[in-house]
Amino acid sequence: MNFSRFVPQKQNLSRREFLKVSSLAAGAGFAIGSVPLVAGEATPAVQQGLGHFIKVTSDSLVTVVIKHLDKGQGVTTGLTAIVAEEMDADWSQMRWEFAPADATKYNNLFFGPVQGTGGSTAIANSWMQLRQAGAAAKHMMVKAAAKRWQVAPAEVTVAEGKIKHKSGKTLSFGDVASDVAKMTAPEKPNLKDPKDFKLIGSNIPRIDSPEKTKGKANYTLDVNQPGMLKAVIIHPPLFGATIKSLDKSEALKMKGVKAVVQTPRGVGIVADSYWTATQARQVVKIDWDESAAEKRGSKELWKSYKTMAREEGQVVRNDGDVTKAFKEAAKTINLEFEFPYLAHSAMEPMNCAVQIKEGQCDIWTGSQIPTVDQGVAASVVGLTPDKVNIHTQFAGGSFGRRAVPNADFVLDAVLIAKLSGLDAPINLQWSREDDMQAGYYRPMTYQEMKASFDDKGELSGWHQRVVSQSILRGTPFAGMIQGPLDMTLVEGGHNLPYAMDNIKVDGHEASVGVPVLWWRSVGHTHNAYSTEVFLDEVARTMGKDPVQFRLERLKEHPRHAGVLKLAAEKAGWGKKLPKNKAQGVAVHESFSSFVAEVAEVTVNDDGTYSVDKIVCAVDCGIAITPDVIKAQMEGGIGYGLGSCMSEAVTLTDGKVDQANFYNYFPMRMSKMPEIEVHIVQSGESPTGVGEPGTPPAGPAVANALRKFLKKPLTKLPFGDRLDLA
Amino acid sequence: MSKKIIINGKEVSTDVDGNMPLLWYLRDEVDYTGTKFGCGMGLCGACTVHIDGKAVRSCITPVNQALGKKVTTIEGLSENGDHPLQKAWVEHKVPQCGYCQAGQIMNAASLLAENPNPSADQIEQGMQGNICRCGTYNRIKKAIASAAEKMQEA
Repeated sequence: MNFSRFVPQKQNLSRREFLKVSSLAAGAGFAIGSVPLVAGEATPAVQQGLGHFIKVTSDSLVTVVIKHLDKGQGVTTGLTAIVAEEMDADWSQMRWEFAPADATKYNNLFFGPVQGTGGSTAIANSWMQLRQAGAAAKHMMVKAAAKRWQVAPAEVTVAEGKIKHKSGKTLSFGDVASDVAKMTAPEKPNLKDPKDFKLIGSNIPRIDSPEKTKGKANYTLDVNQPGMLKAVIIHPPLFGATIKSLDKSEALKMKGVKAVVQTPRGVGIVADSYWTATQARQVVKIDWDESAAEKRGSKELWKSYKTMAREEGQVVRNDGDVTKAFKEAAKTINLEFEFPYLAHSAMEPMNCAVQIKEGQCDIWTGSQIPTVDQGVAASVVGLTPDKVNIHTQFAGGSFGRRAVPNADFVLDAVLIAKLSGLDAPINLQWSREDDMQAGYYRPMTYQEMKASFDDKGELSGWHQRVVSQSILRGTPFAGMIQGPLDMTLVEGGHNLPYAMDNIKVDGHEASVGVPVLWWRSVGHTHNAYSTEVFLDEVARTMGKDPVQFRLERLKEHPRHAGVLKLAAEKAGWGKKLPKNKAQGVAVHESFSSFVAEVAEVTVNDDGTYSVDKIVCAVDCGIAITPDVIKAQMEGGIGYGLGSCMSEAVTLTDGKVDQANFYNYFPMRMSKMPEIEVHIVQSGESPTGVGEPGTPPAGPAVANALRKFLKKPLTKLPFGDRLDLA
Repeated sequence: MSKKIIINGKEVSTDVDGNMPLLWYLRDEVDYTGTKFGCGMGLCGACTVHIDGKAVRSCITPVNQALGKKVTTIEGLSENGDHPLQKAWVEHKVPQCGYCQAGQIMNAASLLAENPNPSADQIEQGMQGNICRCGTYNRIKKAIASAAEKMQEA
C-alpha cells in the first residue's frame, strides 16, 4: 500500500509531540500517550486527554500499544524495541497489544487523520513518537524514584529494567508506577544518543515467535466468541455482474443453516459451522445479470492497452528534449513489457467477524486501514464510527490485500450481519477460490521503453510509457491523486535516479472493470522491472558493465550507489563463473529505502534454470531490528521473484482463469534462492523494509538470465523453461 | 467402526457427519484452532496434522478416516511447545505472519520421524507441499536441519 506517495514524505515538523499521563484503572500503573499537536493548538484528542502508547503496571510489565497491523513484517517486535530502548527496560518485561481503531489517538502521521499500516511506514512513523513516549516515561520514573529516596534526580539511573541510586538502592518500574500516574509528562524529554543504543541494532528475539510456533497466535479465522456462527459468501462470477434472481429454498432447508441473504456484493450464507455453510453454498441457485459486467479477457485487454500506447499519455516527467534526441539519434532501441494481474494470495484467505448488537458493532479482523473499516461499517449499520469497535487480530499475510478503500471483505461481513438480522457474532470466511477470483489484483500493465544514442554511441534519450489501471481513481482515496495521472502507475519510473539529459515518462490510465489494489511495493513491482531491465539493455548496447554504468549515473544519489557497491562487492561482481552460470544486478529505491540485489543463476541446455543466490544490500537508515530487516528482505525477494517466475492472473471473457494453487503458482521451497543480506550502517532516520526488497529481485534475475537469451525477458512470468533459441 | 478419535492424547467421541473434513472438525467442533485453512484442496499444507504420526492434509481428510486413530495437532506436538522443531523455529526466527507455520512444523516433524537426518535436498522435497507466502523457506530449512542435529545428539 502506498499512501506515503501522496502525502508529505516528512512528518510535519510544526507538530510537536504532546505527552499525556493518565492513571490506569484502580491506580494499577500509568499509561503514557503521545498525541500530535499542531502548532500549539489543542486538538480534540488532547482536550480529551486521550492517547495511550505505553502501559506500565505494578508488576513492572511494560505493554506497548501497537497502532499498526502486524501481518508478518515484525512491527510488534520493532515498535516494542524502540520503547524498551528509551525506557532502558529489560527485554523480558516487554509486552505488546494491538491498539483499537481510533484515529484520534492512533492515526498514521503520514496519512493524516487515518489509522493505517502501509507504504512501509510503520517504523518511520512511530520512531520519534515512541522514542519520546519512552523517554518521557523514563524521565518520570527517575523523578518519582528521586522523590521517594529524597535524592537529586541526577543521582538516579535506569538500566535493564531497574531504577538505581548510586547508594545501591533500587526500585522496579512497578514500584513507581502509581507515583508516575499522578505526574505531568515532560513536553520535551531527553532522547538517548543513538550511540548509547543497546537494544536497537542488536539481535533481539522476535516477540511473536513463541505463540506462532505453538498454534496459539490468534488470526481472524480463530475468532470464536460465544454463540459464534460461520458464514460464506458467493460473489458474482464476473466483475460487475448482479443478481437477477435468487432461490435459497433448498439451502434454508438444511440443518444448521441460519440465514441466506442477498447483499449488494453477493449472497451470504450463515450456518452453525463453516462446513455446513459450505455445503449450503452448493445448493443456492442464483441467476446472474451479466449485462453490465466486464467481459473482456486478457487478450482483449492487451490489445486495447497496446492501442492506447500509440498515443502520448499524461506526461509526468519531461527533462531536456526527448523528441529532439530521438530525431537526431544514430541508433534507437526499444522494448515492450507485459505484466499480468497478480493475486496477493495471502495464506489466510480474507475473513472478518462481526456482531451487531445493542447499538454497537464489533468487528474482529486484521486490517491495514481500520479507520476505513470503521467508517464503512458505521454507515452500513447506521451508527456513528465510535460505536464500531475493531478488535485487531494477527493477519495471515496481507501484502496490501487487507488495505482496501471500500473495505470489501469487512463490508461483506457487515452486510451479512446487518441483512440477516442476527445479533449473534458471525465469522465470514472466504474460500481460496473466493480470494483468488473476487478481485483485487496488482494491475495488469503494459510498458514501452525507448532509448536513443547519439553518433558517439552515448545515451541521448530515455522514454517510458506506461498503460495500466489506476488504483486510486474512483475510490474514496481518489483525493490522493494530485495531478492528471495516478502516480501509482509510474512510481519508480518517473523518479528514475540515473543522470540523463533527456528523459520523458508518460502514462495512460486504462478503464477496466477488474478491481485493482496495491500489491507489495505497488507500482515499483513493474517499474523497477522495466527500468532496470531496460537499463541493462542500454548498457549492453553501449558495451558497458552494468554496475559501472549505473554508478557513473548515480553520482547525485549516494545511497543508491552505496547499496549497489556493497551488493556488487559482497557478490563478487564480475568473478569468473562456469559457462552455465551468470550474474545480474538491479538497484531500486522504494518507500525511502534503497536496495540493490545481485542474482546468480544457472541455465541448463533444455532451458530450465534455477536462481541460486541473491546477495542483497539494503539502506533503510538506522537498523532497529537487523534480523527483522533481513527477514523482510528474504521474504520480499521471494515474493517478488515468485511473481516474476510463475504467477499470473489471466481472464477469459471477463472470468478469472485461476482458482487455487493448482493453477496459480506461488514460489515453493525448491525455487527459493540462497539469500545473503547486508545492511548499510547508517545514521539516517529509519525507513521501511516490508516492500523495498521486492522490486529489484525480478529484474536482477532477468538481467542474469539475459546472458543466455537472444533478447531480454519482457513478458512475465518467465515460466519454468526459457526459450534459448 | 469406533466413533472415537484420540486427539492429542485425549479420546473424543464424535457424532458429526463423517464427510466433514478433519480440519473443520478440529477447529469448529473440538476447538483446536492452531491448524489453519489455506486452500481446501491439499495444495498448501497449512492444515497439516498427524494421523498415527504421519502428516496428512486435514482439509481433504474426512473425519471418517480418522476414526479410531491418533490425531496430533500443533497443540499436541509437545507438552510445552518445546519440540526441538518448535525451539529451532524460535531460535531461527522463522515465523513472519505465522499462519502457515503450524502446518510447516507438523510436516517437518513427520519428515524427521521418517528420516532423522535429511539432506538439504530431502528437506526441500519433503517440504515442497507447504506454501509460505512470506517466504520464510530458507529459515525453515535451517531450523529443520538444526532440529535434526539436536534430536540426533539427544
